[in-house]
Amino acid sequence: MDLSKKIVLPGEEIDINGFKQGNGLYFEDGKYYSYQLGLIQVYNNFVNVIPLSGKYFPSKNDKVIAKVIEIAPSFWVLDINSPYPAFLHVNDTPWKPASGELGKILNVGDTVYAKINEITESRQIWLSIKEPGLRKIEGGHIITVQPSKVSRIIGKGGSMVNMIKESTGVKIQLGQNGVVWLDGEPEKVLEVIKILKFIEEESTASGLTDAVRSRLEKSR
Amino acid sequence: MGMQSDIKLIDENGLRIDGRKPDELRPIKIEVGVLNRADGSAYIEWGGNKILAAVYGPREAFPKHTQNPSRAIVNARYNMAAFSVDERKRPGPDRRAIEISKVISEALEASIFVEQFPRTSIDVYIEVLQADAGTRIAGLTAASVALADAGIPMKDLVVGCAAGKIDGKIVLDLNKEEDNYGEADLPLAIIPRTQEIVLMQMDGNMTREEVRQAIEMAKKAALFISNLQKEALRAKYEKGEIQKAEENLNAEVNKGE
Repeated sequence: MDLSKKIVLPGEEIDINGFKQGNGLYFEDGKYYSYQLGLIQVYNNFVNVIPLSGKYFPSKNDKVIAKVIEIAPSFWVLDINSPYPAFLHVNDTPWKPASGELGKILNVGDTVYAKINEITESRQIWLSIKEPGLRKIEGGHIITVQPSKVSRIIGKGGSMVNMIKESTGVKIQLGQNGVVWLDGEPEKVLEVIKILKFIEEESTASGLTDAVRSRLEKSR
Repeated sequence: MGMQSDIKLIDENGLRIDGRKPDELRPIKIEVGVLNRADGSAYIEWGGNKILAAVYGPREAFPKHTQNPSRAIVNARYNMAAFSVDERKRPGPDRRAIEISKVISEALEASIFVEQFPRTSIDVYIEVLQADAGTRIAGLTAASVALADAGIPMKDLVVGCAAGKIDGKIVLDLNKEEDNYGEADLPLAIIPRTQEIVLMQMDGNMTREEVRQAIEMAKKAALFISNLQKEALRAKYEKGEIQKAEENLNAEVNKGE
């Protein structure tokens, strides 16, 4: 049976064919079933079901774009577009503000590009911005896309996103949580938003890179 | 149930007042992803029933004391629009709507992997726009499609059907007249893969043997409806995506000329 690229529904039996059970599958009475709507993917001997919809579920070392929603004495509370809020402690930032003055560095509504540092057993999410490339985001536009489509937007080895960047000259920062930061000329940014929505809708189509290339060439 | 009338619900040819055979379903149509704001949605037309289902979440449960540290809570809200029945229905939750919301929540919870999302709630809104008997099951059927559309992990798509007794005969999927003037109505919902019953209620009177017969009938119909659910989901997500992309590409090329 050809496993890859098949759409499965919750409860659909999957013959894993000697591969190992990956994400998105459950085991019952000697058989494997999909537990969500998604595409089957075989990777490193593991069979996974890649969701086609749904919320973002954080995993360690993901890089996300987060928005400050609350300030506590020694940490910030941030929204990362998932069911749970995330926390950023002062010790995990390059700054050393006086206690109680966190608002001077990051205020409510500010955005950061951060890494998921730790997820505790009770689903507390701790972020960090102590790594090159991670920073406070200033200016630009924020849009959200389906988190499961982010890898499609990046493309193989970044081919898709680099093509868009080169063609339009817009700076793009993608968070695994489906939040995208764009900065450039307003018309170009609007063009990129259209293209991202196109990729999101057509994410299961083959030959998508070519379709996007022809769109970019047309708009130039 | 229980209303008296001289109407014969089954004619001399053994057909029902809408011309159906005893084991025949009303026509069913399911559409997926009809609402943009919701995380998942579905619309169902089941005979004269027209129902919208929307799913939000998993999201942080509010108020905070409702959160469960070990699993997600499933909040279904069944609501009938004021214009959904002949005589205006007084808006807002009544005893009946609260009961139906509860049994639907529990039926869906049996299939959802709630332990994956501690402290969250999964909210399901079922809005009945037009009612014609069997709305709880139609609403539940649409809700489980909406849950799949929202990407929520679950064992299987919960599906249901009703069976009942009219003019002394066991029949499938009662309509409004049959529900009002018949002898019994038995809505049933199952997890199709295991055929585990997740919702069963009964209004009226039937013998033990009749109940057994009604359950068998409703289960068989539910398995058929389960396929309609799957087709509806596939229609949205498969939609010949590859052809569609090619068509778009061709359209782009032609425009460029």
